[in-house]
Amino acid sequence: MKNHFLSLGLTCAVLMSAPAMAQTMPAPAMPAPDALYQSFGQKAGIAKVIDNAVDRWMADPRIKPFFKDTVPQRLKFSLTEQVCQLTGGPCAYTGQDMKTAHAAMGVNKAAFNNLVEGLQLAMDAEKIPFTVQNRLLALLAPMNRDIITVR
Amino acid sequence: MKKTTLLASAMGLILSTGLAQADTNKLLLTGGVSTIAGSAGGGLTPWAVIGTNATEGEIGVSAYASRAKTQDYSLNGYGVAIGIHDRVEVSLARQDLNASPTFALNGFAGQAVSPGEHIKMDVLGLKVKVAGDAVLNSDSWMPQIAVGLEHKRVDPGSLQGIFTVLGVKDSGTDFYVSATKLFLGNGLLVNATLRSTNANQNGLLGFGSAMPGKNSRSLQPEFSVAYLLSKNVAIGAEYRFKPNNLQPHLSGSALAEDDWKDIFIAWAPTKNVSITAAYVDLGRIVSAVTPNQRKQTGYYLSTQLAF
Repeated sequence: MKNHFLSLGLTCAVLMSAPAMAQTMPAPAMPAPDALYQSFGQKAGIAKVIDNAVDRWMADPRIKPFFKDTVPQRLKFSLTEQVCQLTGGPCAYTGQDMKTAHAAMGVNKAAFNNLVEGLQLAMDAEKIPFTVQNRLLALLAPMNRDIITVR
Repeated sequence: MKKTTLLASAMGLILSTGLAQADTNKLLLTGGVSTIAGSAGGGLTPWAVIGTNATEGEIGVSAYASRAKTQDYSLNGYGVAIGIHDRVEVSLARQDLNASPTFALNGFAGQAVSPGEHIKMDVLGLKVKVAGDAVLNSDSWMPQIAVGLEHKRVDPGSLQGIFTVLGVKDSGTDFYVSATKLFLGNGLLVNATLRSTNANQNGLLGFGSAMPGKNSRSLQPEFSVAYLLSKNVAIGAEYRFKPNNLQPHLSGSALAEDDWKDIFIAWAPTKNVSITAAYVDLGRIVSAVTPNQRKQTGYYLSTQLAF
């Protein structure tokens, strides 16, 4: 008699605690640290966007003077590494910091905006969704403070 | 020279100057659209952004034409603005309200009102950016902040007599401070404006009030939110709190003033053109002369050319 009551009690206890356990189980969904990197199609996808962007900048009459001494392949390589790292990908950017790289260039706000436009057009061409584009722009935009030296 | 001809000539000159030197470089839609008072912002509320396509080191121009139509009124507007180095904005605007329902006030307090009357108002705007960048400093909470004024002069036509009876003046100046930020990662723009004003119905019913106990000048907050659907399209909503200085002139709520609100969509097919369409709710406007004191709702359409 006592054993039946004991096992009944234990069963009830397990049954009653099951819903409570289920309620504490699901973890809140957290964005993966490389979510943006994945959204761009990883390094290959980023490389295509950067390739497109650098070509546009060097052909844009408004800003091509800034690139007169640039070796396109080097810039594309460097930027791909930088954006890969910035978006959470497995890369290590080994280039110069933005301030040093642009210190002598005399970049003004207009030129910076033209650059952003070129990048937007490149992302459009590579069919990067608008919301994904803005997430990358939000990471790059603060660099304006180091890049623009003519105010 | 008649005032309208002068205004039109000024606009023509400014536009052709703009066309001649269109080397301006703001990012798309970051100059806002034109408010009904001629300043840059949403449709109803000035933002901290400096208008035109000119960015730092540049001078730009813009011009707009707009029309709002509600059940009993229609409001046409047009104006020009100059943007200097993304720091200073000067604007000139004209509003023309078809106020024909006010003919019902003919004879009130011995005043004669003509049928089909129009109330016209000119607004001279000045705005200065004092801090921040609305778009690029996406790693900080800091908004772009600007201070501005709108000096307004109203011509009420034959309603001048009624204006005198109400004790309202024909001109007044609004002062405001705006804070605007585009949360770039989310494509969401928010704006808050605080306006010091003594204008009734934005100035269309004069300025100030002779009503005892009514504080002529008050602080009114205004809010806008806009969401970028794409590079060229934004949808949004605005809410403008309004003073209520003329209630209870005449009888009860005859001249009551309500808050203004709208929901809008703005489309920029090119860098130089934008079109804004909105549903507006302007609340009661001289409800004494409108059927069932109904609130004024309807459409708003505006096109802007910017260089």
